[in-house]
Amino acid sequence: MKINLASVLIDDQDKALAFYTEKLGFVKKTEFPVGEARWLTVVSPEEPDGVELVLEPDSHPAVRPFKEALVRDGIPWTSFAVEDCQAEFERLSALGVTFTQPPIDMGPVVVAVLDDTCGNLIQIASQTDAAQG
Amino acid sequence: MLSFVTDDVYRAIADPTRRAILDELTERSGQTLFELCTRLAMKHGLGSSRQAISQHLDVLESAGLVRIERAGRYVRIEIETAPLRGIVERWLTSPAPALAPPAPEVAEAAEAPEAPDGRPGDTE
Repeated sequence: MKINLASVLIDDQDKALAFYTEKLGFVKKTEFPVGEARWLTVVSPEEPDGVELVLEPDSHPAVRPFKEALVRDGIPWTSFAVEDCQAEFERLSALGVTFTQPPIDMGPVVVAVLDDTCGNLIQIASQTDAAQG
Repeated sequence: MLSFVTDDVYRAIADPTRRAILDELTERSGQTLFELCTRLAMKHGLGSSRQAISQHLDVLESAGLVRIERAGRYVRIEIETAPLRGIVERWLTSPAPALAPPAPEVAEAAEAPEAPDGRPGDTE
C-alpha cells in the first residue's frame, strides 16, 4: 500500500489551480471532468511522480464551517516541505501571498502559515540543522 | 497619580502558563491561537490543550492584558500592557512623598553613613 494522493478542500477549482501553480509553483498533473466538477491534481516539480495534491471542491455542507473554524484559530490543515522557509516566505510575500504567521524558529523546524485564498491555511516548514543533530 | 491595578491583573500573572503567553505575545503581538499554541509547546515545553490555552486567554482578557480581535477571517491575540503600568508605578517609579512621608527612623538611617567629620560615605 502506498500514499499517492492528498487533498485540499477548495472553494473554486480555477482559482485554486491558479494559486497552487502560479504562486506556490506546483504543476498540473491530471484534469478531467467528473460530474459537475473536475478531477484536478497538482504535483511538485521537484517530484513529478510523487504524491498528487487533489484540488477538491468544498461543496459538502459540513466542510465550510469546518474550514472557517480552522482558519479563525489560524490552524493550517495542510503542510508542505520547503528548503528554506524564510526565503520562501519572502518569495511568496513578493507575489502578494498573505501570511498569518511569519517564519518562526521552533527548534527542529522553521514554520510559517499562509492563506491559500481558497479557504485554507497552509503551513510551510523547513528543517533546521537542529533537526539533523 | 497611581494607576489602579485590579486583583484580576495580579491573579492573571500569578500563573506560569499565562506569563509564558505574555512572553510570547511580547515577542510578536497579533498571533493566531495556532501560532501561540505552537510557540508554547515548542519553546516552553507546555503540553496544554488548545482549549486550556483558550481558557487562560479568557482570564488574561478579563484582566485587560490581551485583546482578542477578529481580523477578517482570522482571530488575532494582541497584548495589552497598560494594566501592568500600575504595578510598576506603585513600587518602582512613584516618588516616595506621593505614597507616604518617610518615617523618622528611616530618615535618620539614611544619614547614618555620614562620617563625623562630615565627609559622606568615607569609611577610612
